[in-house]
Amino acid sequence: MAQDVVKKRASRAAKDQENGKQWSWAAFGRYIAVIVVVFIALAPLYWTFITSVKDGTEINAYPPTLFPHHWNFNNYIDAFTKSDFFLPTLRNSVIIAVVTTVVSLLFGILCAYALGRTKFYGKGAMLAIVLSVNMFPFIAIVGPLYILFTNGLYIYNTYAALIVPNIVATLPLTIWFLTSFFRDLPSDLEEAARIDGASRLQALWHVIVPLTAPGVFAAAILSFIAVWNDFLFGLTLTSSTAAQPVTVGITFFNSEHQTSYGMLAAAAIVVTIPLVILVLFLQRRIVSGLTAGAVKG
Amino acid sequence: MAVKEAKVEKSASPGLMDRIRMNGGFLPYILILPTLLLILVIAVYPMLDSIRLSMLHNPFAARPKFVGLQNYITVFQDPVFRQAMGTTMIYTVLSVALESIFGLLIALLINKSFPGRGLVRAAILVPWAFPTIVSAQMWFLMYGDQTGILTYILRSLHLLAEGDTLLNSVPGVITASVITDVWKTTPFMALLLLAGLQVIPADLYEAASVDGATRWQQFTRITLPMLKNPFLIALLFRLLDAIRVFDLFYVFGKQMVPSLASFANIRMFGSNTEFSQGVATSILIFIIGIIISIIFGSMLRSMLKEQG
Repeated sequence: MAQDVVKKRASRAAKDQENGKQWSWAAFGRYIAVIVVVFIALAPLYWTFITSVKDGTEINAYPPTLFPHHWNFNNYIDAFTKSDFFLPTLRNSVIIAVVTTVVSLLFGILCAYALGRTKFYGKGAMLAIVLSVNMFPFIAIVGPLYILFTNGLYIYNTYAALIVPNIVATLPLTIWFLTSFFRDLPSDLEEAARIDGASRLQALWHVIVPLTAPGVFAAAILSFIAVWNDFLFGLTLTSSTAAQPVTVGITFFNSEHQTSYGMLAAAAIVVTIPLVILVLFLQRRIVSGLTAGAVKG
Repeated sequence: MAVKEAKVEKSASPGLMDRIRMNGGFLPYILILPTLLLILVIAVYPMLDSIRLSMLHNPFAARPKFVGLQNYITVFQDPVFRQAMGTTMIYTVLSVALESIFGLLIALLINKSFPGRGLVRAAILVPWAFPTIVSAQMWFLMYGDQTGILTYILRSLHLLAEGDTLLNSVPGVITASVITDVWKTTPFMALLLLAGLQVIPADLYEAASVDGATRWQQFTRITLPMLKNPFLIALLFRLLDAIRVFDLFYVFGKQMVPSLASFANIRMFGSNTEFSQGVATSILIFIIGIIISIIFGSMLRSMLKEQG
C-alpha cells in the first residue's frame, strides 16, 4: 500500500512538472472550470450578504443592484432587537446542537466500541438496526412522535423533544464512522493498558478515544452540522420560541404575518457563518468523515 | 483496493487470540443498550405505530375508529396527492440525474492536484453545510419578484414574462427546487466520487497508456467501471433523500405545490380528521424508499460477487 502511494505521488509529481513547463489548453480550461464552479457555489451566499446590507428601498430596486450603494447593518441589529423570535431560537439551536452532539458522541463511542472491538452474539443484527435508521424517512415518525410527546412523555415543545430524536438521527453516522476507526486501531496498545490493570472502559476512555481523536472530532462536527440544520423535527415537535430552533425561527421573517427580506438575509448570514467557519478550517476532516462509509464499504 | 487489503491483514493477524479473550461477558450488551433503547423507542416504535395510526379515522378521538386501508384509498383519490406524487418523482429524477453528472465532472476536475485545490474543495463544501431551509430562503430571495436577481436575468432572457416569477407555476417550483438542490447536494456527490477516484491504482492508467490507450479509452474502460460501486452507493443515498424532500417545497411550493413529504405534513398538522391521511402518505414514502433500497442492494451485492 505504501509503495502504491509513493508511486502515485511520484507519477503525479512528474505529470505536474510536465504541466508546469508548458502552458496548455487543458490547464487553462481546468482553471476556467474551477472558477465557474467556485462562482456558482458562492454566488447565493454573496447575494444574501449584499441583500442583508442594503436598505429597504435598495432591496426593492428594479433592476436589482449587484453592489450595494449604501452599506448599513441595520438589518442585523433589527433581526436581533426588533424581532422577538430570532435571538431566542438562535439560543435554543446552540443548546440543542451542543447537548445532542455530546450525548450522541457518548452513546456512539460506547456502541462503536462494542461493534468494533468486541465479539458478541447479535452484532450483525445491531449493525443492521443502526444502519436501517438511516433509511427511515423522518416524516413517517414525526406524527407518532407528536402523539407520544404530547400524550405519553409530555416533552412536546421542550428541548428534550428535539434533543432525543436528533440523537437518534445522528447516531447511525456517528456509530458507523467510529466503528471503522476503532476497528482499524491495532490492539497492542489496548492490551498493554489492560495488562497494566486498566478495565475495558478505562482502556476505551484513556487509550482508544485519544488515539482516534481525529475521527471522534470529525464525527462530532458532522453531527453538530446535522442537528443545527434540522428543520422537520423543529417544525413538528415544538410550538413556541421556548424550544423552537433557529431553522424554524428564520422562516418567520418570510411568512404571512411578516415579510422582511433584509432581516431574512441578515438572519441567514448569522445562521450560516458558524458553518462557513467550520467548513473552511476543517474541510479535510469533514470530507474524510463524509466519504468514510462509502469508500471503505 | 489497497485500503481494503490492508484492513483485512490487520484484523486477521492479531485478531483471533485477542478476540477470543475479549469475547463473552455482558459488557458489549451493556455498551449497546443506550443506543438500542433509544432507537427502539424513538424510531422503531413510532414507525410501527404509524402503521396503526394510518388505519384509524381520527386518532385524537376518544374512541378512534378502525378503517383499514380507507385512508390510503382516500389519499390516492386526492388530486393534490397525485400532483405531489408527480412533483416528487420528477424532482427526484431530475435532481439526482443532474447531481450525478455535475458531481462526476467536479470530481474529475479536482482529482488532479493543482494550486488552490483545497480552496475549491472548501468552496464547494459551503453549500453542503448550510441548512436546507436556509438555502431555500437564500434562493427564495433570488427567485423573488422584486428582490430576485435570477428573476431579473430570466426576464431579460425572455424565459419569464414581465411580472412573472419562477415560483408562480408548478413546473417553475419544481425547476426552482431542482436548481437549489443541485447547487446544495452536488458537492456531496462530487466528494463521494472523488474518494472513489482516488483509490483507483495509478498503475492501471500507466499500463493502459503503455498499451497505447487514449485518454477517452482510459476514462470509459478504467475510470467508469472502477467508479461503479461508490457511484451506486452515492445514488442510493441521494434517491432516498430526494423522495422525502421537504424543506425546499415547504418554502418554494408553500401549500400550492407540495412534495409527498410536505403534503404529509400539511395533512398531519392541518386538521385532526386528516392526520391519518398524512401518516398514510408518509408510509408510502417509506415503502418507495424500501423498494429503492432493495433494488440497489441487490445491484451492489451482485457486483461485489462479480469482483469476488
